[in-house]
Amino acid sequence: MRREPPRTIADYTPLAFPAIMLIIFFVVPFSTMIAVSFFRRQQGGFYTPDFVIDNYGRFLSAFFGGVLGFSLMLAIMVAVICVAIAFPFTYLLTKTSRRVQIVWLVCLLSVLSLSEVIIGFAWSTLFSRTAGITNLLVAAGLMSEPQALLPGFGAVLTGMVYQALPYTILVLYPALVRLDPTLLEAARTLGASPLRGFINIIVPALRNTIVATLIMVFVFALGSYLLPQILGRPQHWTLSVLITDQAIYQSNMPFAAAMAVFLVLISLALVGLTLLVGGRREATA
Amino acid sequence: MKELHKTSVSRRKILTVGVAGVGMLAMPSILRAQDRSLKVGVYGGYFKDSFDENIFPEFTKATGIAVESVAEPTGEAWLVQLEQAARAGQAPADLSMMSQTSTLKGQETELWTPLDPARIGNYDDLLEPFVAKYPDGRVAGIGAVAWYITLVTNTDVYPEAPDSWAALWDPANEDKLGLLALVSNSFLLEVTAKTFMGGTDALDTEEGQIEAFEKLAEVKPNVRLWYRDEAQFEQALKSGEIPMGQYYHDVTGLAAADGFPVRSTFPKEGGIQDSGNWVLSRASDKVEEAHIFIDYMSRPEIQSLMSRKVGTAPTLKRDKLDLTDEEFAAVSSEIDPIIPRYDLYTSKSDWLNQKWTEMIVG
Repeated sequence: MRREPPRTIADYTPLAFPAIMLIIFFVVPFSTMIAVSFFRRQQGGFYTPDFVIDNYGRFLSAFFGGVLGFSLMLAIMVAVICVAIAFPFTYLLTKTSRRVQIVWLVCLLSVLSLSEVIIGFAWSTLFSRTAGITNLLVAAGLMSEPQALLPGFGAVLTGMVYQALPYTILVLYPALVRLDPTLLEAARTLGASPLRGFINIIVPALRNTIVATLIMVFVFALGSYLLPQILGRPQHWTLSVLITDQAIYQSNMPFAAAMAVFLVLISLALVGLTLLVGGRREATA
Repeated sequence: MKELHKTSVSRRKILTVGVAGVGMLAMPSILRAQDRSLKVGVYGGYFKDSFDENIFPEFTKATGIAVESVAEPTGEAWLVQLEQAARAGQAPADLSMMSQTSTLKGQETELWTPLDPARIGNYDDLLEPFVAKYPDGRVAGIGAVAWYITLVTNTDVYPEAPDSWAALWDPANEDKLGLLALVSNSFLLEVTAKTFMGGTDALDTEEGQIEAFEKLAEVKPNVRLWYRDEAQFEQALKSGEIPMGQYYHDVTGLAAADGFPVRSTFPKEGGIQDSGNWVLSRASDKVEEAHIFIDYMSRPEIQSLMSRKVGTAPTLKRDKLDLTDEEFAAVSSEIDPIIPRYDLYTSKSDWLNQKWTEMIVG
């Protein structure tokens, strides 16, 4: 079968369904949010349609700048750690038998069925002083008395990496499975060690996949708002937590919308920058 | 021109058919209104379960009005949902139990249908804080139940009960407290003012509020958890993971009765008294049923029943009730309570919220 470029309008009809879905479920809600972000807040009440920029003005302060910076830093760290763990893991996974692969993938998919709430509460129990993992260490004689490992930055990071890792592996898996094994064989016959072959051949060959995965995990982690609340102290609350506070508890929709729009713009800019830098390097290489 | 005229006629025909169609579709709901019902929103979880089990069946038996209870999240979140729905002409619940702050916020947008005091038998016996009024005197909400937020401790970790809110500031309690995470539901500014500044009147001015914030900031090193979700703290309190904090008097009492090592103490400065009102969404057309419901819920015997079965404090005057001293002490206290400054959470809500967030996050 030969693939032909679409000529008539009818050839484009298969696109209509996804386009309509995108409009209904993305373009319309997002436009509503942008519109609301310019509405006037009625203190103690709700909002009236208007065009004011106060909501953005309130956001531009050192306080919210700090929270935004922390949120971005946290999301970047989660992305980097996830890919650093998931990439070698997925590579080794593709080298195992079909049966082992299926078992692993089913287990990973089952982790995805857990909600953020369950993950958060499970980790808060695991990290607690009264029932947590340090009790095992005490029983093994490695620690003198049980300790609470939360709330803290380490706990937040662990919870978020745990949540994002299955996605990371599932995104990397197809690309690694399709990787031509002769590439590494050639490197090995030329005398490279397996580790060297992995770092010098496999990683560069899949650079685009890695960048795409980093971006996906970054965006995914940026939206997390429950885990920082359950596992962290207030200074570990992300911008998403404060957006929830404004929208749900303060009924300040315009300000919440303005913060959300700002967060989307900043993350789009970061993603764009990453792609730009990646593309330029490709051109010079 | 002729053709245009023709289309307009046929368009009218379509309209007529359409109206008839809508009318027919609406019929079942008219029919259903005959066996009367009321959708009532109450806080989900323990509250809703107790009401479903002990209170609503009695009401249906007495009046023939079926109650469909709706689980509502915390007041503020439910308020947003009710308001959005009312704008679309929908009422997810006719009557809702609504916190004082949320009742005031709803008043700003005229969300609540004014209630008629003449149709509520015990209106004159309601305690004064339990009638919410619009500025022009119309009644926006009637007290449903009251409850206390008190100082709670784990009895294994604290064999002696603390007797003052000042225990929250005690350096010995470093990293041991669980406190509510929002300025408008923790009422810690009021606690600070009553404990250290001579009363909640100290919060009248902005200087007073800033002073309270500064004093409250000293508590931060002691706080392990600022919770939004009650389950998060309750679990930690029971296990002793977080052995002290502020929590609901009724729920703590129930947990203690179930054998958990927890206790609730009314500090000498008083417990924080919060309450919920019955409010009627303006999108609801069940005005008649709503009044019958509120009248029933404000009867002394029902208020006593709720105190015994649900553990809430009554909204009627003490002498109208048949509660024994012991029963009364289980749900309330003679110590003068700390009454939250609800007015501040509408007039200065954004400023207070910003200051609060900066205080606990910074």
